[in-house]
Amino acid sequence: MSEIVLKGIPAAPGIAYGTSFILDKGEFIVPKRSISSSEIDSEIARFEEAVNNARREIHHLKAKITQDIGLAQAQIFDAHLLVLQDPALLSGVTCGIRETNLSAEYVFFTVIKKFVETFAQMPDEYLRERASDVSDISKRVLKHLMDESKLHDLDSLQDDLIIVAHDLSPSDAVSMYNKKIKGFLTDIGGRTSHTAIIAKSLGVPAVVGLKDATLKVNNQDYVVIDGQKGLVIINPSEETKELYIKEQHKIIACLEKLDDLKNLPAQTTDGKKISILANLEFSSEIPAVRKYGAEGIGLYRTEFLYMNRLDLPSEEEQFKAYRQVARAVAPFGVTIRTLDLGGDKFISSVQTPKDMSPFLGCRAIRFCLERPDIFKTQLRAILRASVYGRIQMMYPMISGLGELRQANAVLNQVKGALRDEKIAFDEQMKVGIMIEVPAAVMTAEALARETHFFSIGTNDLIQYTLAVDRVNEKTAYLYEPAHPAVLKMIQKTIDAGHNEGIHVALCGEMASDPLLAFLLLGMGIDEFSMSAASILTVKRMIRSVKLQDAQRMAYEAMQLATGQEVEEFVDAQLHKFLPL
Amino acid sequence: MMSKIEKELTVVNKKGLHARPAALFVSLVEKFDVTVTLAKGPEVVNGKSIMGILMLGAVEGTVLKITVEGAEAVEAMAEFKKFFNKQEEELVL
Repeated sequence: MSEIVLKGIPAAPGIAYGTSFILDKGEFIVPKRSISSSEIDSEIARFEEAVNNARREIHHLKAKITQDIGLAQAQIFDAHLLVLQDPALLSGVTCGIRETNLSAEYVFFTVIKKFVETFAQMPDEYLRERASDVSDISKRVLKHLMDESKLHDLDSLQDDLIIVAHDLSPSDAVSMYNKKIKGFLTDIGGRTSHTAIIAKSLGVPAVVGLKDATLKVNNQDYVVIDGQKGLVIINPSEETKELYIKEQHKIIACLEKLDDLKNLPAQTTDGKKISILANLEFSSEIPAVRKYGAEGIGLYRTEFLYMNRLDLPSEEEQFKAYRQVARAVAPFGVTIRTLDLGGDKFISSVQTPKDMSPFLGCRAIRFCLERPDIFKTQLRAILRASVYGRIQMMYPMISGLGELRQANAVLNQVKGALRDEKIAFDEQMKVGIMIEVPAAVMTAEALARETHFFSIGTNDLIQYTLAVDRVNEKTAYLYEPAHPAVLKMIQKTIDAGHNEGIHVALCGEMASDPLLAFLLLGMGIDEFSMSAASILTVKRMIRSVKLQDAQRMAYEAMQLATGQEVEEFVDAQLHKFLPL
Repeated sequence: MMSKIEKELTVVNKKGLHARPAALFVSLVEKFDVTVTLAKGPEVVNGKSIMGILMLGAVEGTVLKITVEGAEAVEAMAEFKKFFNKQEEELVL
């Protein structure tokens, strides 16, 4: 077998090699098999047993997820259980077997397919999402009906595999979190897709946007992932394997050296100290945050508390989650971002209107202002937790002063209510905003006067500045963090913040690339927040350079005409200080 | 005593009879010794079928004809009426 090389978008760094595992190609083949009339009763019994086994598995899984991750993430399984006792489904299958003399798996598959297709065509986001839930459930049942089954699911997944999937959803992320996975390959997605975020938080490489990896890679293929260059090598030759094994050893040795940096400050050789914090999705990531020496959490993405469940998290539940994180990261602080729903993140408990352009629609702060009931519950929970540690809060996607004032008005109402109820909260709690919309950049001075800090969300700022959908792999090549327009946006934000005497942080994926971080350092960023696994690499860069040199370099880089020129220039400059 | 009651109830919930309300409705039906059907125009679904209810796509303002049959039909219908009237609060938590 000759080696095949696929090129995609590097989404998480590192090298991995091992056996591939194709996760859900989205279609599976169930043979049409006839049975004799005398077999009908036993076939129905077989179906019922399969359903019972599936139910037992789901109960078990629910208990496990509840214990490992939390009740919130486990609640999706209640809906799965309801489906497995749905009379329309059960009687549909038993009647079907009687009427057609076909096997249980085939009849079940046909009935389920009809449901899935109907759901998939529903105009409503929530119901469309149910199609994948129903497929999930059907796979679980089919597994018990088909002996030679090649169907798999995440829970029966063995460790040490390279996952190949069309795409990974946030709910896959939840199931994946406690597995030892070596790397990820996906057909779609860009540098900031969920796959990238999951891979980085697991510290494994990922290549996304491969277009047809699920077709080119077979189950159990030997695969090498080069997360630095975005390459995938299927059936590598012995030479290629050796090359990559050496390369990986180099990276590991480098990481071990990095470990020594854990307790050292991120300080330039001429004495400028920069704070490096971690981004957090699940509270179960806190050990990793500590392991890499993060100085707190610069971005706590609260959406994950709302996902994979049918109801909304209560004030009490959120309060406990925020308090837990605040206590766990002490003496450092945590910046909680209020609910950033919409765009590519949806939840089941609330039907978000179907926007033609979800990233330009009713998302993030816009959604929260439209649903003050949901917003206020979260604000109460955050405020109540604020007495248990160093908590600050920020609003996502603010596009102008009017919106900021509106959000603050809601916050003041909530504070007033808490005071009336004699419930303690931190009266001095800092409230900042994410800068991720060009309109916010252009009005940054005015915004800075009415907020405590800025946090630049580059993932969205880049997509809005360059008009590039960040989850569309077809436009991924246009997604250039070093594009001069993006750099000017960032510079303007930093300058506006500093002129008004406020702190300017940056919490996008851009910060985790040492090259771009070098540039950002020179541009004057006060604080970086990134996936925990990237912290030490960036710290190493900061500890090797002079702020003065970074500033001079940034000034020159800003004069260049294209993103590519900027990257090449910064790369060359950085190599003077950082051999590798 | 077996009885059969029919009533037209309107979905008042802004978000329709979806998600959590549908699951809650099924759990409610299961508490009673009754058979329940929900009809939206010509479409009729079993009240114990979460997928059936979801597929009705009952948005705010939809009038559903609910038929309850069985020993506890009266009690069940009273609960369903309550359920439909307070859906709004249920979802908002």
